[in-house]
Amino acid sequence: MGVNDLLRSPLSVVNVGLRGFAEDLARQGIPVVHVDWAPPADGDPRLADLLSKLASVKRVEEANSEALRRIFEAEPVLVDVCPADKVIEGLEERVVLHAGPPIEWERMCGPMQGAVAGAAVLEGWAEDLGAAETLAASGNLTFHPNHHFDAVGPMTGLITPGMPVMVVENRSFGNRAYCTLNEGLGKVMRFGGNDDEVLERLRWLASTLAPALSAALRECGGVPLKGIVARGLSMGDEMHQRNVGCTGLFLRQMAPALARAVDDRETLATILDFIGGNDQFFLNIAMVMGKAIMDPVRAIEGSSIVTAMTRNGTDFGIRVSGTGDTWFTAPVEMPKGLYFPGFTEDDANPDMGDSTIVETVGLGGFAMAASPAVAGFVGAGTAAEALDYTRAMFEITAGRNPEWTLPSLDFSGVPTGIDIRKVVEAGIVPTINTGIAHRKPGVGQVGAGVVRAPLACFHQALAALAAELGVA
Amino acid sequence: MNGAKPVNRVRRAFYLDSVALMRLSQRLSDLPEVETAALMIGTPSNKQILAKAGLLAADGEDATPGDLIIALRAASGGAGEAALSEAEALLDDPSTKGGGAVDWQPRTLIAAADCLTGTGLALISVPGEFATAEARQALAKNLHVMVFSDNVSIEDEQALKREACERGLLLMGPDCGTALIAGTPLAFANQIPEGDIGIVSASGTGLQEVSSLIARGGRGVSHGIGVGSRDLGDAIEGVMTLAAIDALDQDPRTRHIVLLSKPPGAAVAQRVLDRVAKSAKPFTVCFLGVAGVDGPANARLVETLTAAAEDALGGAAIGIAEAVRRDTERCAGTLGKERCWVHGLYSGGTLCAEAQIVLQAAGEEVCSNVPVPGAAILDDGVAVHRLVDLGADEYTVGRPHPMIEPKVRQEPLTKSLADPEVAVVLLDVVIGHGAHPDPTGAVVEVLAGTGGDKPAVVASVCGTEGDPQVLSAQARILEEAGVIVAPSNARAAEIALNLSRRRG
Repeated sequence: MGVNDLLRSPLSVVNVGLRGFAEDLARQGIPVVHVDWAPPADGDPRLADLLSKLASVKRVEEANSEALRRIFEAEPVLVDVCPADKVIEGLEERVVLHAGPPIEWERMCGPMQGAVAGAAVLEGWAEDLGAAETLAASGNLTFHPNHHFDAVGPMTGLITPGMPVMVVENRSFGNRAYCTLNEGLGKVMRFGGNDDEVLERLRWLASTLAPALSAALRECGGVPLKGIVARGLSMGDEMHQRNVGCTGLFLRQMAPALARAVDDRETLATILDFIGGNDQFFLNIAMVMGKAIMDPVRAIEGSSIVTAMTRNGTDFGIRVSGTGDTWFTAPVEMPKGLYFPGFTEDDANPDMGDSTIVETVGLGGFAMAASPAVAGFVGAGTAAEALDYTRAMFEITAGRNPEWTLPSLDFSGVPTGIDIRKVVEAGIVPTINTGIAHRKPGVGQVGAGVVRAPLACFHQALAALAAELGVA
Repeated sequence: MNGAKPVNRVRRAFYLDSVALMRLSQRLSDLPEVETAALMIGTPSNKQILAKAGLLAADGEDATPGDLIIALRAASGGAGEAALSEAEALLDDPSTKGGGAVDWQPRTLIAAADCLTGTGLALISVPGEFATAEARQALAKNLHVMVFSDNVSIEDEQALKREACERGLLLMGPDCGTALIAGTPLAFANQIPEGDIGIVSASGTGLQEVSSLIARGGRGVSHGIGVGSRDLGDAIEGVMTLAAIDALDQDPRTRHIVLLSKPPGAAVAQRVLDRVAKSAKPFTVCFLGVAGVDGPANARLVETLTAAAEDALGGAAIGIAEAVRRDTERCAGTLGKERCWVHGLYSGGTLCAEAQIVLQAAGEEVCSNVPVPGAAILDDGVAVHRLVDLGADEYTVGRPHPMIEPKVRQEPLTKSLADPEVAVVLLDVVIGHGAHPDPTGAVVEVLAGTGGDKPAVVASVCGTEGDPQVLSAQARILEEAGVIVAPSNARAAEIALNLSRRRG
């Protein structure tokens, strides 16, 4: 650089402050980007002080580079589908894993309680739903977050010992992650469904689909996932609300192996029909991939990168690399979006599920630019708005994933590595694409939309990181 | 070169769309010393294609369908390694810009900087307490910076300018109201044709006045670099003034350089003049009000902004038109005997200083809220010429600056017009980008409400025909309201002085 570059080359301007200056330049045809500026950390002097102190800690930048390296070098491969208690260590009788940060029975929202009751019946811990609720309320079930067991689950996210889980291995780091199979649409346990139809489908998943997938995956040596996601992004998927491309790609890849693994032709047809008929089948795969990618990023000293975001229908929680396994929680927000016929916002349950792990790796709301169709759930629903969602996420992330690119943003990589410092400084919170559950158990999905991560989680995390680094 | 051996590098478990890979292959093939290159996913059929093209090496043969093969043939081992590294870099950063945003507004300077193409400049006008942090981020993003904000501490200014120097960047300001970069007016600036005169100025309105007078004299400005009001002070030691002189000295379009500032300390003035002496280009130096100082042979030292413009224009006089002279004579005859003082009501601080200098040079005593050396501090009890900068801090706390809201001048204007001892009310009207769309409106509104016996009103308009408000249109409105419109601020002060002495 040199001062003469400024005098010689065409000028372009970033305008921070008085908007009129930008308008004057734009009228003269000078390229100008106006910053929608606000005082850092919303003018909170205590947070601004922490931010400026953290900005001078060199270790944070180095730690974040290491975090990005681990994310980008991950090699997640779907290797198997197994009963949960065979692969998840510590998942014993009467232990229920759930979505979100820790929560006790009394504080669980309706759908979560409904799902717990259903799971207790499914596992044979209770005769019926009424007995199951009594059992849960009496303290005879033990609840833990999926995240404490290398696992994730959508919406209520329940995992109990007898449920089959997909196993993704991150071959670069050797860790494994787990997630249940997607149950399909309609009345399902992830939305709090618990009647016979729901439990019957879950039994079929365990007895038929899971063994077939397991055999097929073993037969083909596993399915590497990053390439499927890369192609999905160019097919209009963002891997949270839209998985139609990836589900098709996955089915295409699995079909020959399934055909070899399943002897009965009608069973095979049912399996192919189940996967092919569920546009969201890949969501759970994207989630467990996300978990497998992010777990090696946990506990890098000094790093301000978020390693998990999740919600249990009551609380929203985040974990940050530099503060290890501590949860920073705040009340969940209500999603904004569109509702199925006959339902309104009044029916909606607050935000729920571990699926935000896909945003944590740069997909979902962060990759909205790939998926104008999803932007239609909120705002004017234009393709330009879809790009703006992603552009906003660039402002709070440490890097861009070179492998997962966005055609509509000139093949820029998806925004990756949420930096809590940037979130607090800009006052921009992660955008999350989500399904919306009915607040009563058993009804199911009533809509889909967008929800924001609560800023309070990031404020707490920033203070904790500063304390960890001795600059508070 | 056709016999070169292929080199392969394999990226394990890496996928990219084939179109993207073909584009990267093309870019690699275009590198000098690279014969041919291909990036392909390691499927059996792709490996066959690579083998047939003579691009498959042992490394590539081991690749799986989940891997990416970078394959190329180069003139030498070194060139091959360099091309492989280039390929890796391109893979790691396929695009950093990410689409030309149309309506999108980022919330942070960093994100905005990532959208820019070309040479970037950050124009910062946030409240002073936040300006330093924004400027620091801009410098870190390799942007040149113009800090319009004031209330930045001198320590912060020192640190920012030191960092800018280390990075080879220009940091204009703080408190820099005006700049012209290659014909582009920034913040409060006028529409000036491009030309061969470069300006370095510690004063925003000084830069506006001189560049406007140059434009009206038929010439143009290459670049007008504002360095901030404190740059030539003892703390900053003129670092950006010197950097700006260096840049204009090297700039082939600039043939003549004008330097504008209030009088600097002796040591800083010497450093600047020493630098001027090293240049082969002619300089005009205006350290406002400093007379009788010898400069280097290639520099002429002048006292006023008008004189600086005249010198830059090759000695062409900025004269008072015959019609204006006649109006002035006519006006002189109507003023009562007791009217003997000039009241200047200014929106531009440097223009206020220039008027003080003109009156002092003629032997008059003046007072001001921003006194130049030799002038008294404003005192309501003393009967002397009073020249007030209405844009100074004491007038703008909790109120807009008079260039943005000319109505703030109405109250003092009404008072001076009603004062029986005032001979002349002297005004500046600053137009251009950033200024009010009709600054004369507030003046003529007051004049329309006054009776027969009142002081003469003398004004100058700082600006050009190209400005949004249009110089001639603003002048006509003033003339129609009975205001004597001078061709420059110094000439207006001279007319005011003569009227106060009744020599027409």
